[in-house]
Amino acid sequence: MTYLAKPKFHHPSLPKNEIGFTRRDYEASTSTLCAGCGHDSISASIIEACFELSIEPHRVAKISGIGCSSKTPDYFLGASHGFNSVHGRMPSVLTGANLANRELIYLGVSGDGDSASIGFGQFAHSVRRAVNMTYIVENNGVYGLTKGQFSATADRGSKSKKGALNSDSSIDLVAIALQLGATFVARSFSGDKGQLVPLIKAAIAHKGAAFIDVISPCIAFNNHAGSTKSLDYVREHNEAVNALDIMVGRDPITVNYAPGKVAAVTQHDGSVLNLRKLNDEYDPHDRLAAMNFLQRHAAQGQIVTGLLYVEADADDLHSNLDTVETPLNQLDTAALCPGASALDKINASLR
Amino acid sequence: MPLAAVNDFVIRFANVNGSGSASANEMFARAIMRMGIPMAPRNVFPSNIQGLPTWFEIRVTEAGHLGARGGTDFMVAMNPQTFNADVISIEPDGYLMYDSTRAIPPGQLRADITVIGIPLTQICNAEYTDPRQRQLFKNIICIGALSALLDMDFAELEKLIGEQYKGKDKLIAPNVHALHLGREYAKANFACPIGLRLKRTDKVGDRILIEGNAAAALGAVYGGATVCAWYPITPSSSLAEGFAKYCGKFRHDPETKQARYAIVQAEDEIASIGMVIGAAWNGARAFTATSGPGISLMQEFLGFAYFAEIPAVVFDVQRAGPSTGMPTRTQQCDLISCAYASHGDTKHVLLLPEDATEAFEFGASSFDYADRLQTPVFVLLDLDIGMNHRLCRPLSWDDSKTYDRGKVLSAEDLDKAKDFGRYMDVDGDGIGYRTYPGTHPTKGTFFTRGTSHDARARYSENGATYVDGMQRLLRKLDTAKGILPKPLRSNADKPTRFGVIYYGSTAPAMSEAAEILAKRGHSLDLMRIRAFPFHQDVASFIADHDFVFVVEQNRDAQLRSLIVNELGIDPVRLVPVLHYDGSSITARFISNTIGDRLDTLKVTPLRKALS
Repeated sequence: MTYLAKPKFHHPSLPKNEIGFTRRDYEASTSTLCAGCGHDSISASIIEACFELSIEPHRVAKISGIGCSSKTPDYFLGASHGFNSVHGRMPSVLTGANLANRELIYLGVSGDGDSASIGFGQFAHSVRRAVNMTYIVENNGVYGLTKGQFSATADRGSKSKKGALNSDSSIDLVAIALQLGATFVARSFSGDKGQLVPLIKAAIAHKGAAFIDVISPCIAFNNHAGSTKSLDYVREHNEAVNALDIMVGRDPITVNYAPGKVAAVTQHDGSVLNLRKLNDEYDPHDRLAAMNFLQRHAAQGQIVTGLLYVEADADDLHSNLDTVETPLNQLDTAALCPGASALDKINASLR
Repeated sequence: MPLAAVNDFVIRFANVNGSGSASANEMFARAIMRMGIPMAPRNVFPSNIQGLPTWFEIRVTEAGHLGARGGTDFMVAMNPQTFNADVISIEPDGYLMYDSTRAIPPGQLRADITVIGIPLTQICNAEYTDPRQRQLFKNIICIGALSALLDMDFAELEKLIGEQYKGKDKLIAPNVHALHLGREYAKANFACPIGLRLKRTDKVGDRILIEGNAAAALGAVYGGATVCAWYPITPSSSLAEGFAKYCGKFRHDPETKQARYAIVQAEDEIASIGMVIGAAWNGARAFTATSGPGISLMQEFLGFAYFAEIPAVVFDVQRAGPSTGMPTRTQQCDLISCAYASHGDTKHVLLLPEDATEAFEFGASSFDYADRLQTPVFVLLDLDIGMNHRLCRPLSWDDSKTYDRGKVLSAEDLDKAKDFGRYMDVDGDGIGYRTYPGTHPTKGTFFTRGTSHDARARYSENGATYVDGMQRLLRKLDTAKGILPKPLRSNADKPTRFGVIYYGSTAPAMSEAAEILAKRGHSLDLMRIRAFPFHQDVASFIADHDFVFVVEQNRDAQLRSLIVNELGIDPVRLVPVLHYDGSSITARFISNTIGDRLDTLKVTPLRKALS
């Protein structure tokens, strides 16, 4: 068999969330990725985020492309419908799915090969269309599944495992997402669960195109000296701009941080993001400043992480198309078919 | 002796693209229809916007032959660039009408045709000062002159002007005036009417005049499509645009006025089909409209949808390939690329409408087939059907009909079910049960993937599991044969050893060709194929005849190849009749090609092969 089922045993004392689910309810089959793969840490963060948000797993549609990262939807939210599409084309499938039923939560999982090369166009267009989704790129700068070729996010001058130097410029998906108008843009590190989990939670709560680039070192092919996507490099060059927590708020919100240092962002679903500035010059509401900040730090070899930009009251594709609240996949013949009398009138107009 | 005919001739307008002639020409065609005379209009246009030659042809045909006839009896030559070629193309003893404001050197005109010079520019310039008006009214003056020359019911033209400019009433009088200017000039200077005439009759009946793409778009509306993702490409763009127009009219919530549809102009054809697949996976009826180059781009996704068993509807309005080919010329050249789209062993359902009415019917039912069979369905039109107006049966709809969503399990079904496996062949018809995402908290979820999977949708590279799945997909296509539109057979008056197979836009030319051939003494049984995979009747039809001509509009005899491949027929028994210059196939071409071959059989010993 090529499918590894996870034992269904639940320890009776596992903590439960508001809707009575344990973390195990958000898990799925056993990962077939390499031991220590950063992608598995991201899966764990997704599981944690969904558990903490008390999301019903079956209300999530998890959609991916092809590659190591795109395999991961098999390893979380086993009670969700998953969709492993074709290479680089996850965004179009997700867009279509979202059009059909606006009520589900759409989780797009992709890799740097998937999104920055073959699927660069689809990535860009799904973002500019403001599809309501959480788009996560598990970014390791390398083609893992085909054994170590550079991807388009590999930095110029970085070294492959075999010692080859990358002579091409890299694509910074965060910078691109900002430029394209994404209304939630973040970067994180697979090894920083404390930062990543609230980011995923906030992205899920966000209405509109939410993009998270997660640097996720490839244990097998890109975790060596000279790589700018290795565990050590990312740890040493991580520049976090803020720390955040998210409260799925129905109760009054209390802010614990010192005045002037905290920004509370209420999202469309009522949840509140508390953003604590780590960097005094950083403003997550200023798209242009975010782009500038990002580029300046990139030039210094720093990897800026955190919530880089957010527009809390953003619109999404459905708002722009002004579609009905009822999901399109629930409309029946009576709602959709104009009927024989309308056709008779059309016939009459064509004579 | 000038040509003489009543309600049976071909008139052709040679124009310049972008000169505003289209609406005047179409009004002229519609007026003929309003006189009760069947007619078949056709556009011949270049792949540009302004300046290159364009033609509009109307075949006036009381006998109701709607296929292209070939040849021109009356040429309205308004394009200096093509003037010489247009004059040459006129049938012997035919007519030429031209703008005589500037004299044509006598050497450029033929002695055997009747030349009608009308100083259109001069009349126009004397009457109008605005340059745009001068250009537009020239076309109307031209129609006015024709009305006198052909003995047309002038009231029909006046009425059409009134309808066309309803709401812009101040335009009505000047247009009617322009019509009169042309009519009076013709009456004063020529013996009107000429030998070619129009006479009111009642042969149109209740038929309508509609473009195939518009009808297909209506089919998508009536079929319940809610998601359309498309990328502009000639000759399919007007299909998606038509869907937008009709949705705008019919598909809004009565209270909120919000849209009960979503249309996305995607970034390319790959994204279009991806969105269709995503939407259909999630339970919406979704389609895209494209042409050959788009089909090429969609191949990977189409194979995915076949293997992962996701409904999708693709309208392919075929044009001449390969590559960019002739983007504004018609062909039937995507048959094989659609039937076997994508890598690996794939096979897809094709629907093959003959005209706009069937484009509507097949367009609507394609969504039922796709849902029921859980597979992509192609509706194969071509430019001839899609971008021409055609006289056809009125569109009809049965209000008692509800959409067949196929085997979809609801939350209640899942509660009752003992077991669920997405790809289990519970009913033996090759079709599993599916669930839409979000249906049930604990039951019925599955993972959709293009990699090999077992009956429970789990990834598997086990050979036997893979073979089981592939065999089941064939069983599903066997099921399809039983529910898709059957081929239509019509037998000759007397028993014959010869048959003809054809499909799609060949139909009107084929029925006329059969009449011509019968007059030449050749009886032929006919079969029009309307779907792939082929119904058993196709094999029976071929078995009933020594030789079967396969008439199609491509170079490589794609339908013939498909028949040979799928039904295991000896290729020698299928004689290709191929027309692929980009023009609409004509009855003349078919009857000459088949007739000449059958004539040889009369004088030479019967050979094993006809080709």
